[in-house]
Formats: sequence, structure tokens, C-alpha cells
Amino acid sequence: MGKLFEKFPDPLARLIVVFLAFLVVGVIVVAVVIPKQMMDVSAQWADAVKREEARPIKYAGFHVCAECHDKIYETKKNGYHRDLSCETCHGPAKAHTDDPDKVKPVIPAERTFCPQCHAYNPSRPRGFPQINPVAHNPLKPCASCHNPHDPKPPTTPKECSACHGAIARMKAVSHHVQLACTTCHEVPQRHKVSPWSVKPTKPQTREFCGKCHAKDGKDKMAKDAPKIDLAEHGEKYVCWQCHYPHSPEVEQ
Amino acid sequence: MNGRRTFLRGFLSVLLSGGAIGGILKILPSKADAREAPPKGQKWYGFGVSVDKCIGCARCMDACKTENNVPREPFFFRTWVERYIIRKNGATTVKAIEPNVEPSPETASDKSILRSFFVPKLCNQCASPACVQVCPVGATFQTKDGVVLVNEKTCIGCRYCIQACPYGARYLHPVTHTADKCTFCYHRISQGLLPACVEVCPTQARIFGDLNAAASPMSRFLRMNKIHVLKPGLNTEPKVYYASLDGEVR
Repeated sequence: MGKLFEKFPDPLARLIVVFLAFLVVGVIVVAVVIPKQMMDVSAQWADAVKREEARPIKYAGFHVCAECHDKIYETKKNGYHRDLSCETCHGPAKAHTDDPDKVKPVIPAERTFCPQCHAYNPSRPRGFPQINPVAHNPLKPCASCHNPHDPKPPTTPKECSACHGAIARMKAVSHHVQLACTTCHEVPQRHKVSPWSVKPTKPQTREFCGKCHAKDGKDKMAKDAPKIDLAEHGEKYVCWQCHYPHSPEVEQ
Repeated sequence: MNGRRTFLRGFLSVLLSGGAIGGILKILPSKADAREAPPKGQKWYGFGVSVDKCIGCARCMDACKTENNVPREPFFFRTWVERYIIRKNGATTVKAIEPNVEPSPETASDKSILRSFFVPKLCNQCASPACVQVCPVGATFQTKDGVVLVNEKTCIGCRYCIQACPYGARYLHPVTHTADKCTFCYHRISQGLLPACVEVCPTQARIFGDLNAAASPMSRFLRMNKIHVLKPGLNTEPKVYYASLDGEVR
């Protein structure tokens, strides 16, 4: 070994020592001093995921409320608002679950709150319960008539037009104005409670309209109604597949 | 002597080309992974939107801002709801609704309107996200469970991702000056909670869940509806699935 060093000229040997020192320092800097995140992007991402997971929660989630407010939860469970989370109306409540006495969630009682969902807007899906906040019992807080945990109209509307207004208005100016909805539709009782799950019937045969409109129709009330020959007219179709019965064509 | 030289030359070239191929393979998988089907037995989050059910009440926008400390000004959004008004002459107007401001019912008596509806929007958490590709510092990335996140420690605020996102889902946070976007409420879903917008949606227009789960509201949503995604032609493979989406929606 000594012989090997003797072969090098002195300056070169010093240079090798310096070089080795740099190498060792470099290795230490890379391995110890530089944080792993600076060299490995996946380590940065793991940190970011941890930071993201550690963010504070504001909305507690729907099952937490039922633990204390079980009565209201039971009421709500069977009403139209059953799918609403408590925090939809009462706002973020994680702080309230941590310290129920100090932090109270809001109880939105003002008349402007409910119309955020229930004001009439033509872009809203059909069948969603909507009112005109200007005309609908002005100045009265919504909760004075409707229980927000089990909302219902104070009385169930008897008229079909309460929900089917467009059809009712159309029928009112048509030749079928004298006919009640139930002349052609059978309305199961459940339809008034759960309108989308149970639907009223429609006439299923040509003979049904034929009672008035066939040339040998028996109905005396309809002796002036336009008549057709069921055997020749319309072939395989049920009448309402071509004619709109709520506003039938006028031409004779 | 000659034989040894050819052997060495051949051996070296095999080594070098092997190294090169290995290097390429090492780079490739990170891009190829994203396009593959999600690995089984691992969470792979998706989001469902029933356009038919949205009533435009903006509870989701409000809850998102509260949950994620999004600035209250009306032009910073992680999620937003657009109102589409399509007229008989084919003209379409799109306007994001404002929370706590009732959408004007001016359309009630306007006979030129053919149809109008609300469309909730948020980050599509694409399986092959354009924003991740363009980030020059690797600050935006996809987690194992398919959520695209922004590392605010390394984001330099260059806005390249905001430009690249075809869905306009990102904005520059005015306080941190870093890119910000929907995280599917990553802090909530990692604890088994629902994202804040899904939690408060009064009509279940928003659905969230693991796409790998056998039975969940999310898998039922995908099974029972005709599904479309936004801008499918861009091959970003969005994981926000829309039911009853109108053809006019971009």
C-alpha cells in the first residue's frame, strides 16, 4: 500500500485526498442534509396527501345528528324531507358536535330561506314543489303553516290542477272542458301521497274514446262530438298517440 | 484475441441498449397506469350528477365554500351550478348561478324559451388529467384513489393548469397564490364522510362513491342511468358522470 502511494507524486496524492474529502462530503449532503422531498416528487405528493387529509372538517355528516336529536330524526325520516341532511338547512355543525352547549347551529326562520329551494323557477324540474313567494301568504313565516321536519301542504289539494296546472288551463279552453279528469284517468289514492311512484292510468283501448267518438257511439251526452269509424280510422294506435286529449283538434 | 474483442463489444452494446430500454420503461408506467382500469380492491372514487334532480338552490356551492375555505367572492369556485336557457332559435345562454341569490324566474312567461335547466359542475377528477401533464413542477398529481390534488407547497402559481383544464375547474387562490380546485373533499372522504356538496344536496342530485364498490349509491347510479361525461372527445376520461345530460351542455 505504502509502495503504491510512493508511486504518486506528492501533489497528486494531496489532490486525491481533497477529491476524496469532497466525495465524502457530497455523499453526506445528498444522503442526510438534502431532504428526501427535494429529490423525490412522490415523497412531496405523500406529504401533500397527508396535509390534505389533516384539514379540519366543518360538516359533521347526517348520522351524527340522530344520536342526540332522535325525536326530530324519527319525524323527518318519514316525511318528504327524509333525504335532506340536517346540515342542508342548519349549516355546518361539526363545531356543535364537539361542544354542543357553546356552539349552536342556525335555525333559519326567515321567509327568504325556504324559497331558495321552493320559489317557482321554470328551470327547476317539473313536479318539484314550488310556490310564488310574493303571492303565497305574504309576510307569514313558512314554519307557521309547514313543519320543516315533516313538510306537507296544510291540506292536501283536492283538485288535480294544484299540481297539473298547465294541463288544467289547457283543458279549460278546449272542447273537453266539461270532462272531469277522472272520466279518463283512474287516480290511485297513493298518487296523492307519492306522485312519482304511483301514476294515474290512461285509456288503454280505442273503444274507450269510441264511447263518444265512434260513429255508433252510445253516449247521448256526446251526440255532437266528432265521429269516426273505429274500424277504418287510426289502425293499430290508441287515440291519444296521435290526438292530444287535453286540447283536441277543432276541425270537423 | 479477436473473439474476446467482439464479445466485449457485443456485451457492452447489450448492456447499453438494455439500460436505455430500462430507462424508457421506468419513465413510461407512470403515464400508462392512469389509463388502465382501476386496480381491484382499491378505492377509485367517482361522482355522479343527476341533472334532472338539480333545483339550482346553490346549497352545494355554499357548503363547498364553507368546508374548504374558498374565498366568498362570487368568482372563486370549486363547484358551481350553471343555468342553461335554450331558445327556440337554437341560441343557448349559460350563466353560473350565485349562492343566496334566487335565480331570476324571468323565463316564466318568455315564449321564446324551449327548455331550461341547471347543471352542477365541479372538477372532473380525470383519469388522464391535462392539468397534471402540464404542471412544470409536479405540484398537481393524482392520488392512488384517483383524486387529482394540488400540492400548495410546491405550486408556483404559474396558472398553466388553469389554462389547460378543459372544464374551467381551477382558479388561482387569491391568498395563497396557488392553483386551487375541488378535491372531492379529500379530508372528508378519507374519513368515510361524503363530500360537503353531496352531504347537503337536498334532492340527491349529487352522488359520490367508490367506483370499485359492488353495491353503493354510486354503482347503482351508474347501473340505473344513461351516463354521459363532459367533453368525452378530449380523452381526459372524467370520473364525474352525468345522468340526463342535455346535448347543449359543454
